[in-house]
Amino acid sequence: MSWMFLRIWTALVYLFLFLPIGVVMLLSFNANQFGSFPVTGLSFRWFFKLANNDAILRAFETSLLLGSLTAVISTTLGVLASLALVRYKVPGQNMISTLLIAPILVPEVVLAVALLLFLNALSINKSFFLLLMGHVIFTLPFVVLVVQARLVNIRRDVEEAAMSLGANPRQTFFQITLPLLAPAIFAGMLFAFTISFDDITGTLFWKPGGVETVPTQIFAMLRNSISPEINALGTVMIILTVGLPLLGIGIVRKMSTKSSE
Amino acid sequence: MTIETREARQPWILLSPSLTVITLLLVIPLLFIVVYSFWLRTATGADQVGFFLDNWTEALTDAFYRDILFYTLKIAAITTVVCALLGYPAAYFIARSKGNKALLLLLLMLPFWISYIIRTMSWINILGVSGAINSLLISLGIISEPIQMLYNQVTIVLGLVHFLLPFMILNIYVSLEGIDVTLEDAACSLGATRWQSFLEVTLPLSIAGLAAGGLLCFVLAAGTYITPIILGGPSDAMFANLVFEAIITQLDWPLGSALSLMLLVVLGALVLVYNHFLGMGQLMKGLGK
Repeated sequence: MSWMFLRIWTALVYLFLFLPIGVVMLLSFNANQFGSFPVTGLSFRWFFKLANNDAILRAFETSLLLGSLTAVISTTLGVLASLALVRYKVPGQNMISTLLIAPILVPEVVLAVALLLFLNALSINKSFFLLLMGHVIFTLPFVVLVVQARLVNIRRDVEEAAMSLGANPRQTFFQITLPLLAPAIFAGMLFAFTISFDDITGTLFWKPGGVETVPTQIFAMLRNSISPEINALGTVMIILTVGLPLLGIGIVRKMSTKSSE
Repeated sequence: MTIETREARQPWILLSPSLTVITLLLVIPLLFIVVYSFWLRTATGADQVGFFLDNWTEALTDAFYRDILFYTLKIAAITTVVCALLGYPAAYFIARSKGNKALLLLLLMLPFWISYIIRTMSWINILGVSGAINSLLISLGIISEPIQMLYNQVTIVLGLVHFLLPFMILNIYVSLEGIDVTLEDAACSLGATRWQSFLEVTLPLSIAGLAAGGLLCFVLAAGTYITPIILGGPSDAMFANLVFEAIITQLDWPLGSALSLMLLVVLGALVLVYNHFLGMGQLMKGLGK
C-alpha cells in the first residue's frame, strides 16, 4: 500500500519536473499562428523564424565561444587542483577544499557585484574578458567536484608500474596518466560548458552593452511577451544541452571501459 | 633538491593556479566591496573614498530594505519546506527501488542540463492567460474568461521549487543510499511498525542529506534574481533584484556593496551554522554526484 503511494508520488514529482518542458517542446512545433494553445498541427515555422533571427544567432555565437573558453580554462585549473587534492597529502586540505568550492557558497549576485566592482577599480570595464573571468570563477568549484569524484577511481600503481618498467616521468604522464584522466577532463569540460552556457544572473551584471548570450537574449525577448520563437529556441537548447551530454556520457563510458581493459 | 622536498612542493604547484584565481577573482573582490561599502556616492563623478557609515545605516535601518530582506527569506523558507516535503518520498522511492534506479537518477539529472530560464518561462505556457490550463478550462466551458494565475508569490515559489527540487532529491537520495536497509528490518523484527522504524531509524539517519539539500535550496532561492522578474508581479522584488537595481540601474556602487554584503552575511551565517553541525562533507557528496 505505502509502496504504491510512494510510486505514485514519485511519478507525480517527475511529471511536475518534466511536464512544463514537454509543453515548451510541444508548442514549438505548433502550427497555430500565435504559437499558443490550441495545438492545430505540426509545423517548423517557428524554427525557420528562429534561424532567420540575427540577434539569436549572434547570441549563440557568443555563448558558444564563452562556454568553450570557460570550459578549457576552468577544467585546466580544476584538473590540476584535483590532482593535488586526490594524490597528495596537503596540509590544510579541508581549508583548501572549502576555498575551492567557496564560489558555490557565495550567492551569485554577491559574486557578480564583487567581481564587477573590483575589476572596474583595476580599469577593466564590462567586457568579454570580465564575462569570461566571471564564468571561470563560478564553474571552477563544479569542475573540481566532478573531476575529484572521478580521479579517486584512478589507481596510482599503474603509473608506478610504468615507471618501474623504465618509463620516465614525462612518458608516464603522457602515455599513462593523461589517457586515464581523459574521462575526468572530458566530464569537467562538459560540466563547465553547460553551466556557463546556462548562466544568466552573473552574465547580466558583467556583459557589456550590446553583447547578449543565449539566456540574456531570451530574457530580453521575454520582457516583451512570450513568443513561440522562444519555445522553438527552448527546444533547440534542450536538444543541444541534453542531447550532447547524453552523447558525452556515452563516449566517457566507452573511453573508461576501454582504458580499464 | 631531494625527492622529498620535490614531492612536498608538487601539490602546491598544481594548486597554485586555481588558488590564485580564487584569491584574485573572489577573495580580494569580496574584501574590496567591504571597503567600497564605506565609500560614498557623489552626485557627480567618482565615488568619494573614505569611511562613511551612511550606506550601512541606510541598508540596515530603512524599512524598505528590511521588508524585502524578510520577504526574500520567507520565500526561500517556503520553497525549502515545499522541496523537502515533495522530495523526500521521491528520494526514498528512488533509493529503495531496484530495477529502474539508474534511469530515475539520470532523469533527475536532466533538469540541470536544461536552461534555467527556459524552465522558468515554461510555466507561462502552463499558467499564462493563453496557457494550457486556461485553454483547457475554456474549451471545457468551465470558464469563459481566462484567469490570471501568474505573477504572484505563489508562482515565484512554484518556479523556485521546479528549479531546486532535483537538488533536494539528490541530496536526500545520497544520504538514504548510505543507510543499511537491514536496519529497518531489524527495527521491525524487534516489534516496530514500518512507520515507526522509518520515523525512528531511517529519518534520523537521513537528516544530514535533508539538511544539505535544505541549505542548497535556501541559499539558491534567497539569491535568485531571475525568477521574481519572470514569474513575480511588480511588487514581488526579492533581495537580488534590489542589488541589481542599486548597482546596474542607479549606479550607486557603495550602497550596492553594502546590500550585497548584507545578503552574504545572512546566508553565510546559515552556511557556518550548517558547517559547524554537519561539516561540508555531505554537501560536497551531494554536489559531486
